[in-house]
Amino acid sequence: MSRDKKVEKKLKEELQGKKKRNNALLASPYIIWMAIFIIVPLFMIAYYGLTDKENGSFTLANIKLILDPVNLKALWLSIRLSVISTLICLLLAYPIAMILRSLNMKRSSFIVFIFILPMWMNFLLRTIAWQNILERNGILNTILSFLHLPTLNIINTSAAIILGMVYNYLPFMILPIYNVLIKIDNNVINAARDLGANGLQTLLKITLPLSLPGVISGITMVFVPSLTTFVISNILGGNKVVLIGNVIEQQFKVVNNRNAGAGLSLVLMVFVLASMALLSKYDKEAEGKSIW
Amino acid sequence: MVNAIKKFIQKFYLGIMLLFLYAPILILIVLSFNKSKSRSKWGGFTLDWYRSLFESSDLLTALYNTLLIALLSALGATLLGTMGAIAINRMRKSTRTIMMSITNIPMLNAEIVTAISLMLLFIAVREFIPNFQLGFLSVLVSHITFNIPYVILSVSPKLKQTDRSTYEAAMDLGASPIMAFFKVVLPDIMPGILSGFLLAFTMSLDDFVITHFTKGPGLDTLSTKIYAETRKGIQPEIYALSTILFGAVFLLLVLVNLRKDKNQADAKPRR
Amino acid sequence: MSDRKLIDLVDITKQYGDSVVLDDLNLYIRENEFLTLLGPSGCGKTTTLRIIGGFETPDKGKVIFDGKDITRLAPNERQLNTVFQKYALFTHMTITENIAFGLKIKKKSKQYIKDKIDYALKLVNLDGFGNRMPDSLSGGQQQRIAIARAIVNEPKVLLLDEPLGALDLKMRQDMQYELIRLKNELGITFVYVTHDQEEALTMSDTIVVMNQGYIQQVGTPEMIYNEPKNAFVADFIGESNIISATMVEDKLVNILGANFVCVDTGFGRNQPVDVVIRPEDIDLVKPEDGIIKGRVTSLIFKGVHYEMEVMANGREWLVHSTDLSPVGSEVGIRVDPFDIQIMNRPESEDEEVVTIDEP
Repeated sequence: MSRDKKVEKKLKEELQGKKKRNNALLASPYIIWMAIFIIVPLFMIAYYGLTDKENGSFTLANIKLILDPVNLKALWLSIRLSVISTLICLLLAYPIAMILRSLNMKRSSFIVFIFILPMWMNFLLRTIAWQNILERNGILNTILSFLHLPTLNIINTSAAIILGMVYNYLPFMILPIYNVLIKIDNNVINAARDLGANGLQTLLKITLPLSLPGVISGITMVFVPSLTTFVISNILGGNKVVLIGNVIEQQFKVVNNRNAGAGLSLVLMVFVLASMALLSKYDKEAEGKSIW
Repeated sequence: MVNAIKKFIQKFYLGIMLLFLYAPILILIVLSFNKSKSRSKWGGFTLDWYRSLFESSDLLTALYNTLLIALLSALGATLLGTMGAIAINRMRKSTRTIMMSITNIPMLNAEIVTAISLMLLFIAVREFIPNFQLGFLSVLVSHITFNIPYVILSVSPKLKQTDRSTYEAAMDLGASPIMAFFKVVLPDIMPGILSGFLLAFTMSLDDFVITHFTKGPGLDTLSTKIYAETRKGIQPEIYALSTILFGAVFLLLVLVNLRKDKNQADAKPRR
Repeated sequence: MSDRKLIDLVDITKQYGDSVVLDDLNLYIRENEFLTLLGPSGCGKTTTLRIIGGFETPDKGKVIFDGKDITRLAPNERQLNTVFQKYALFTHMTITENIAFGLKIKKKSKQYIKDKIDYALKLVNLDGFGNRMPDSLSGGQQQRIAIARAIVNEPKVLLLDEPLGALDLKMRQDMQYELIRLKNELGITFVYVTHDQEEALTMSDTIVVMNQGYIQQVGTPEMIYNEPKNAFVADFIGESNIISATMVEDKLVNILGANFVCVDTGFGRNQPVDVVIRPEDIDLVKPEDGIIKGRVTSLIFKGVHYEMEVMANGREWLVHSTDLSPVGSEVGIRVDPFDIQIMNRPESEDEEVVTIDEP
């Protein structure tokens, strides 16, 4: 190696070293924050979940609480309701995303109106307003009886909870699907039509497969919060419908048994991770499940 | 003809869906003008609740806490998140993937699990520092934590769009790396930072679950106040307060959009 | 190419909001013709193609295909196929699945589809690529797959929307020959859209020059190049000197104060006209032999020829020549009579000549 090259190499190494140091300096506050407030807390759940409330020794009792018939029933109901509401969200959201794509509107204004603006009316209040609509003498039944139709009695039932889930999480399904759909080149759809496919064939063979990543992340973004909610079931289910989220919340806020609550949370977390891993097998996009 | 019918059905469906999303909000606005304290009866129009709202120090304190936590947590998350996004953007792909997966945990994990994990952390801290109480600080830290991913998700795409050569061009023209960053890169990603901040602010404002678990007994935000009143009935002043908040943001958005439209119309080139 | 009209566009008008993209356009395309729609961006060429393909419906007018009115027919019901800008391959399917798409829709037999795919891949020189994904192919290869995907359906007409636009120069030139070969082997009609005049001149039987929604000229490449109808066409196709002049009498035109002999007749006495002289048609001679005299102001070596600018009678003349005249030397300018192309000045709004800022 000639002298010049050696000098050059040394300079390069120095420059790269400096860059690395700069980057480390930039990254460190964030990495430290994540370590303390994301990673460590997860270990806290594991710690509390796997230790005994009285003497702090290792135990699986908290985990086994999930096998208690009451808790198992709550988990099963949570799964059923969240699967149903995820499916309803998907069925409602896909056409919305398709229509929005065809309207060619400025995307920022759409995101604001569907997604951001409603949040400025408190989420709890919005859910409480559904009580108004659904209760026995509520708005829905007033309209129905005015039209001489039979009234519905769905407040404090599973149906009301599903409705609350769909209402609250529908935007989380629309957004990722829409974001994938607008990236599809119009000519790809035109090409399918050009090659003889009718509207339905184009949807099934081209649009749907191409939008699958958006559908997958939409499903995750609706399924997980639905599965774990305790607020919606509290407000729209009265005390009659108990979901796994309610069970956990009560362990902390009513029963005051942190270890039991942490144990159940651990089970829930593993369950969520497992279902997401299952879904992400279909998701080709490896880096960042961006919803934007 | 067929096209016109199709267009109509599309618009109709979209309208129904927007009604579905906005009906509860309309109801809450109506309730804020309802003379009757019962939420199921219309007792005539009144502005009483808007007046008494300003005498309720409870509510005003909750509002103050909500806004302060939203502002501070959005600022903190924006600062940390932007730094993190820039650092992540410069990492090798494998490191980047790991960092992004960890970043997304609070967003993808169940809210209740995130809330509980943070609460358990604060309780553990209390073992070591007996003076530490769950309250404003713990809520603020928690909000910053769950807001960071939203900031990173807003900033990262802008960073990817930013042409590396503009940064290099600035240095070539004599700017130091720090100057080049502040003069060239930062203005470029500013829209992403701003939307990240606004999103974080909104998320924090709307949050209940995280606050519920990490707040401790003394502190109340609007969300926790509303939750406490769910059973016994919401005081109408809360409807009034929420309507003011919602109305203000709505007006702001309309104004911003109108101005954007006008600017675009003015900027349209004439041929 | 036969003389039978295969496609006939009648009085086509298309508007987007306030802007008229096509205004009363009439054009026919013959069987087995290679017809190119050529013009700057925004001239309406792509819209014309999309109307033929069925992706746009004209506001007014008719599209006649093989004697039948297909104006309102959906794209999937038309006997033509399109090769799209940037290929528009289905990225979630293999090459084989891409090519088979149209045939599967038409429920062809498995064996038929397999034979067709083999044939098509051979035709575009991509044998053995069937199991690859589109993303793993180069731009030129993707382009050829897009063509293969279209032609297996045996369309009577292939529509090509700037298919070579995304390729580099060398690849573009190779693909031009490839397309001519394909056209000859398949014996079908090609309708080709481009803004690249060289592409148009190389491949077409007929060129349609368009600007601002109007057809400026229709003709063979030779006609378009040698006898541009107006200054727009002259300027858009190749380099040229476009000069305001006055017709003295039949076969004599006054250009910047000097009389040049030409071959055109039928213009009025003293009628103002535009004159087009191609740079390679100007002969630089000894000053005393020229019709007008000038001085060379710049000289650039271009490979096949020298490009010179000559200041004469108050104007820079662009000259291409294999003989070099140094900067500052005095030269005479001569032009053969049949190399002087005389054009009417635009009169009506419809023909208005518009300068464009594309190279």
